[in-house]
Amino acid sequence: MSRPDAKVVTKWTRNVPGWRPRVTPVNLQEASEAQLEALQVTPSNTKVSDYVLVLAHDVETLKVRSPLFNGIMYDAGGLSRAERELGAIGASMVNHCIYCAAVHASRHAQIEKSEEVTDKIFAAGAKAELSLRDSAIFAFALKLSKAPSEAGPEDMAALKEAGLDEAEILDLILSTALFGWANRLMHVLGDPVRTGDGG
Amino acid sequence: MSGFQDTTAFTMGGVAADSAIGAAVEGRAKIFEMTQAAEDAVLAPAEAGGLSHDLRAALAARIARLNGEADLAERYAGRIGGDAALADPANDGTAQDMGAVVAFMDKVAGRTAEVRAEDVETLKSAGIGDADIVRLAELNAFLAYQIRLIAGLRLMGETQ
Repeated sequence: MSRPDAKVVTKWTRNVPGWRPRVTPVNLQEASEAQLEALQVTPSNTKVSDYVLVLAHDVETLKVRSPLFNGIMYDAGGLSRAERELGAIGASMVNHCIYCAAVHASRHAQIEKSEEVTDKIFAAGAKAELSLRDSAIFAFALKLSKAPSEAGPEDMAALKEAGLDEAEILDLILSTALFGWANRLMHVLGDPVRTGDGG
Repeated sequence: MSGFQDTTAFTMGGVAADSAIGAAVEGRAKIFEMTQAAEDAVLAPAEAGGLSHDLRAALAARIARLNGEADLAERYAGRIGGDAALADPANDGTAQDMGAVVAFMDKVAGRTAEVRAEDVETLKSAGIGDADIVRLAELNAFLAYQIRLIAGLRLMGETQ
């Protein structure tokens, strides 16, 4: 739970901030049967984040969203985990979701065991000098995330030149598009915050 | 739950079932089916709160139009039972007493990066409750996803 004196984080970071909701989260004590089921609250598992408690206001969507999210980011085959994270990071930067970018940049660095790519992306955005493959993936994610999408045939050609097959391109579209969704919840319904002690 | 070939994303994305793209989609059939379940949850939930199914369909058509997705907009507009005025992005919603909701939805859909705490406060001042604010955000957010999935699939087909 974030403190009221927490400062809003405005710069890209891999150090995942707290999240302060702009609407009141569902109170677990007053939650409906359907909400408790969607939240998977059991007597032994009562820890639910403010973010998920906010989303519990729309319980029917929350119930389908979680398995869909996990499927797109983690299902076997197709695009690598790190490259799906790159799609998520691209969307989050276009939509300025500092929180989402932090979570997924830190995951990218963890998977790759390197902070090089996300350091470059946070410093230079669309102008970051990346490998041919990462550069095609990141550029596509940035353009698909615009409203309306600005991705065009030249971006698709770059993905293919970089060696992505149809299944990998589909996974990139899915992970990037998914963050068009996640960003519009996280960035719209709350603030990324940091308390004085770094928490 | 429908099969992946009956989903809005598959149909609107113009994917040919017997193509390499069709095969890639089949490999992610479960995800396409869950995407359709999510469409049902944001467009026509059993518990609609303060947002009627008609209003949801009108806002969905509006957001599709804002993104240049005319066919998808038509599809959602076809679900509006009553007044379709809000489906037109040129209408600011004032005449329907929906100005705050429309302004919020347009900004979240098209200028996401610029959304601030004040935008949520404006909705609250207009009498929109917390649960309905979350429902509006979920509707908008789902459409952002579905619209980009469709745009991406179409682009794959065009460049095959």
